[in-house]
Amino acid sequence: MTPFNRNFGQGRNTKAVRLDMNWKELTKAGNIYEPGNAATYETGDWRTIRPVWNKDRCIHCLICWRYCPDASIISTDGKFDSFDYKHCKGCGICASVCPVHAIDMFSEDEIDRREEARKNEE
Amino acid sequence: MKNKVAITGNEAVAQAMKQINPDVVAAYPITPQTEVVQIFSSFVSNGQVDTEFVTVESEHSAMSAAIGASAAGARAMTATSSQGLALMFEMVYIASSLRLPIVFPVVNRALSGPINIHCDHSDAMGIKDSGVIQLFSENAQEAYDNMIQAVRIAEHPDVLLPVSVNFDGFITSHALDVLEVLDDDTVKSFVGRYQPEEYLLDAKNPVSMGNFDMYDFYFEHKRQQVAAMEAAKKVIEEVGKEYEAISGRKYGLIDAYRLEDAEMAVVVLNSAAGSAKGVVDELREKGMKVGVLKPRAFRPFPFEAVQEALKKVKAVAVLDRAETFSTLGGPMFADVRTALYDLKNDIKVVNYVYGLGGRDLRLEDVEKVFGDLADIIKTGRADKFVNYLGLRE
Ligand code: SF4
Ligand code: SF4
Repeated sequence: MTPFNRNFGQGRNTKAVRLDMNWKELTKAGNIYEPGNAATYETGDWRTIRPVWNKDRCIHCLICWRYCPDASIISTDGKFDSFDYKHCKGCGICASVCPVHAIDMFSEDEIDRREEARKNEE
Repeated sequence: MKNKVAITGNEAVAQAMKQINPDVVAAYPITPQTEVVQIFSSFVSNGQVDTEFVTVESEHSAMSAAIGASAAGARAMTATSSQGLALMFEMVYIASSLRLPIVFPVVNRALSGPINIHCDHSDAMGIKDSGVIQLFSENAQEAYDNMIQAVRIAEHPDVLLPVSVNFDGFITSHALDVLEVLDDDTVKSFVGRYQPEEYLLDAKNPVSMGNFDMYDFYFEHKRQQVAAMEAAKKVIEEVGKEYEAISGRKYGLIDAYRLEDAEMAVVVLNSAAGSAKGVVDELREKGMKVGVLKPRAFRPFPFEAVQEALKKVKAVAVLDRAETFSTLGGPMFADVRTALYDLKNDIKVVNYVYGLGGRDLRLEDVEKVFGDLADIIKTGRADKFVNYLGLRE
């Protein structure tokens, strides 16, 4: 027998799969060898609307933290801290459960346009 | 030690399964495969194998159970025919894409409707693009030999794909045939112990299989499957050589019969190849330069070997025991014609669809095909490239 070729799926011990990996480097059949790897898969670029926090209104009840399906509300010392925009999919659940309307959803396109305009002014 | 026995194709395949002694067999009965499972289940109840036999409620479940067992780390098998394979279709893709080396005989039978239980290759052709390796067998001997080799091919680390072993319903499955079976120890050491590199019950090395795969990775995993199929061509040949050493019987990707100096060739799968070889012998006596090419592996399609074997012939007839309803002929015709196209040798390739629903391929039918090929060579013209053989027109 000739020695094994292993012409695919060389990422046997790959902890994370990355977008820059080609078909030879990726794990065979998409098998996953490390638990908790969802953190390495950035779902933030699925987002078309972005939650934005209104610091003055927030009463730090953390209802948004409990409801966020993607664990994308970061809290520190029992208080609202920030959004994890790398994983927030922009579902808007946080905005709709917030009892004091301290989260607003803005279109990503609109935010991009505004940033572009600001850069041009500078 | 070799034993000559007179048994049917189904008995031969059940015998091979007994000698392989798989960890799990999950199957549902269907004509003409029923005997394989029935005979094997008696081996289980008699304690002649260590197999866990799972009596499932459908073929969809049969393949599902085999997938679960294989993913868990067991050597798993199932078996089916026709409608059963059609019902299994969804899970066949799961097995191949999860890269599980499940071996399963497919006793070829027509697909309904109208309802029919006899031989053609419509069932096998339905899964030709599913990523499983498909071996075809001319007779009971080849079905037996293919089963044993299939285990090694499927489990090879470069391959890791399901292998289906095809043989003709009733013609091969139910007819008594004389064949040589190997002794148990020879088979046992040939197939070896199954030691998967990764499996779900390996608590020390946890792995998660069958994960959600999006547009950013799925494509790469399909490319990996193609690479495995490519690797399978070499592995099929190597395993064939090793098997020859223990059995004395030669196995490769194709079987080229009297093709060295042939001007005309017939390409045909399974039992009909035997009839075609008989006709070739007769026509050779009359001085006609004729031969037969029988692909043993249909998936992966051994196009390099087909090109090599047919590059010097002038006219080829591809005999398909299945329709595609594309109005462009049968499934194998497309593959053979594509393989020969780039040779630029102006080989005329024509198609004959034959034997649907179990209609016999008579020797006169094969003679007629060679007669047609002779005419094509004489006139240099092949006007009708899709033909029906043995059909009342
Ligand atoms: S739900 Fe609203 S008020 Fe409560 S912590 Fe979140 S943003 Fe603040
Ligand atoms: S928009 Fe959805 S995903 Fe993003 S932080 Fe709010 S609840 Fe979480």
